[in-house]
Amino acid sequence: MVSLLEMPQTLSQQLPRQNDRRADEINGAEVMIDVRDLDFAYGANKVLHNVNLDIPAQAVTAFIGPSGCGKTTLLRCINRMNDLIEGARITRGALHLGGVDINAPEVDVVDLRRRVGMVFQKSNPFPKSIYENISYGLRIAGITKRSRLDEAVEKSLRASALWDEVKDRLDANALGFSGGQQQRLCIARALAVEPDVILMDEPCSALDPIATAKIEELIHALKKQYTIVIVTHNMQQAGRVSDHTGFFYLGKLIEFGPTTKIFTNPSEKRTEDYITGRFG
Amino acid sequence: MIAAPSNRRRSRLLESVLFWVFRIGTYFVLLCATYIFLDIGIKGGRTVFTRTAPFVNVKFLTEPPQTLYVFDYEGKKMELSDREYREWKTTHKEDVDVTSVSYSAGGIWPCIVGTALLVIGSMTLALFIGISCAIYLSEYSRDGRFIRLIRVAILNLAGVPSIVFGLFGFGLFVIFFGWNVSLLSGWFTLGLMVLPAIITASEESLRAVPQGLREGSLALGATKWQTIRKNVLPYALPGILTSSILGIARVAGETAPIMFTAAYAMRDEMPWQVSHWTNFFFQGVMALPYHIYVVSSKIPQNEYTERVQYGTAFVFLVVVMLIALTSILLRERQRRRLSW
Repeated sequence: MVSLLEMPQTLSQQLPRQNDRRADEINGAEVMIDVRDLDFAYGANKVLHNVNLDIPAQAVTAFIGPSGCGKTTLLRCINRMNDLIEGARITRGALHLGGVDINAPEVDVVDLRRRVGMVFQKSNPFPKSIYENISYGLRIAGITKRSRLDEAVEKSLRASALWDEVKDRLDANALGFSGGQQQRLCIARALAVEPDVILMDEPCSALDPIATAKIEELIHALKKQYTIVIVTHNMQQAGRVSDHTGFFYLGKLIEFGPTTKIFTNPSEKRTEDYITGRFG
Repeated sequence: MIAAPSNRRRSRLLESVLFWVFRIGTYFVLLCATYIFLDIGIKGGRTVFTRTAPFVNVKFLTEPPQTLYVFDYEGKKMELSDREYREWKTTHKEDVDVTSVSYSAGGIWPCIVGTALLVIGSMTLALFIGISCAIYLSEYSRDGRFIRLIRVAILNLAGVPSIVFGLFGFGLFVIFFGWNVSLLSGWFTLGLMVLPAIITASEESLRAVPQGLREGSLALGATKWQTIRKNVLPYALPGILTSSILGIARVAGETAPIMFTAAYAMRDEMPWQVSHWTNFFFQGVMALPYHIYVVSSKIPQNEYTERVQYGTAFVFLVVVMLIALTSILLRERQRRRLSW
C-alpha cells in the first residue's frame, strides 16, 4: 500500500490552510482535539453537559453510549456540521483543533472541514462516477490538473483498499456499487483532500459483517496517518478498532480512557453496566 | 351496537344514493371532457387535415390570416382569400355582390410563431427568477416571520386572476415603462403569472435532493454555493424543468394577460422582419389564444368563421398536448435514471 505520507507535498500546499504555523503545531502535538467545558443545545433542549476530553493524534478514539446520549452531536461539533441545524449552538465552552478554537470568528468553516473529513452513517456517495466522487474535494479546492487528480484518485482508492475492486470501473456510477464499497468510497473521498482528522459516524451500521470487517481493517491502517474519531453502537467494534474510548450517557461524558481499561476495568459503575449489557 | 332494522334500511338507502351522486358527478366530468375534445377534434381536424395529398393543410399552418371573400359568380360559389380576390379582380371587371369574412382565409402561422416566442421568453424569465427564489428559500433562508411573509405573498400571487395580471402588466410595462404593446411587456407579464408555480415546483425538487448529498459535499470543504451548484442543482434541475413544462401550457394558453400587453389582432410582418434587432423586443405579436378570441368575437358567425375558430383551437390543443406529453416522458425517464 502506498503511504499517503509519501504524497507530494505540493498537493497539500495547494489546499489553503488557515496558517502554516498551526499545521506544524498540530503535527508536533500529541493532542489533536481538545474539548473544554462544552455545553451544547438544540434550541432549548440541552444535549451535552460540561464535556471535557482530549483526543490524541494518530490514534482511534471511539465514542460509545446509548442512543440520544450526545455522541453524534459531539462528533458533528468537531467539523461544525451542526451549523447546518437551525437553533443548534454551543452554549458554553470550546473545542480546539491543534490549539485553535474552531468556533472563533476568524476560523473559516470551509478550511476547517477540509482538515476534518467526515464519513456518515448512511453512505452518501454522489450520484456521479467513482472518479468524480473522489476528485470532488480537490476540484472544489481549485485543483483542475488532470494528472494530479488521477494521482490523488489512485492514492485515495489504494489507501481505502478499493483500488483493485474498482480500477477498471472508475467511470461507473458510484450508486451501482455495494453498500460496503460505497462506504469505503466515502472514506476514500474524505482521504483525497488529505485531512488531519477523519470523523466517522457509525460507519458500519448498515453493513454486513464482512463489509464491516473490511472497514475496521481500513481504520486500523489509516490511524498511522490520521486522527480518527468514530461513533459506534457496536461495543465489540469499539473494542476492536479504538485506542481510546469515551462513554457517554444522557449528554455527559461518564468516562474516558484507554480502550483496554474502559473495557476490562472501568472505574465507573455505569460504564461497566453499559459495557456488560445491563442497560442501553 | 346493532341499529334497528328501519334505521339500517334508511342508512343503506342513503349509502346507495350518495354512491350514485358521486358516480354521476364523476361521469359528468368525463362527458364534458369527451364532448370538448371530440367537438374540437372533429371540426378542427377537418380544417387541418385534408382528403387529398398533402394530407395536412400546409396552407393553414404556414400562412398568415387573410380576409375571405365569398360571392356568387356565374352560378358558382367562389371562396377567395384577399390575395386571390385581388388577382381575380384584375381579370374580371364586372361588379359582384361580395361578403367579406375577416381572418377566415389563409392560416395561423404568425399566431403559432407569436405563441412560441411568448412562451420561450416568459419561461426563460420565470425560470431564472423562480429558481433563484427557490434556491434562496430552500437552501439559504432560515425560517422566520419574513420568510413566512414571502411564502404568503407567493401563495397570494398564485391566486391572482389572469386579467388582473394583464392590467398590471399594461399599467407597469406598457404605460409606465413605455414598452408599449410588445414582446417584452408580454414576457414580463406572463413570467410573473407563472412565477408562483415555478417557485413551488423548484422548491419541491430541491427538497427532494437528499440532505446526505449536501452534508457530504460540505464535509469535504465545499462552500454552500459550490454544494448547490455541483451537488444539488444538477439533481433538482430535471424535476424543476419537467414541472415547469406544465407552466408552459399555462403561459401558452392565457389570453387575458397578453391582450393588453403583447398581442395584436392582426399583423402583416413576421416577428423577424424588424428594421433593427432591438426592435424585436418592442413589437407586438399575434398569438393562438388571442386569435381564437378575436375570430370568435366577430359577428356574424358563420360556417367560414367556424372553420378558423375550430382549426385554431385544434392546433392549439395539439400544441399544448405535445408539451404535456413531453413533460410526462421526460419525468418518467428522469425517475428511472435518478434513484436513491
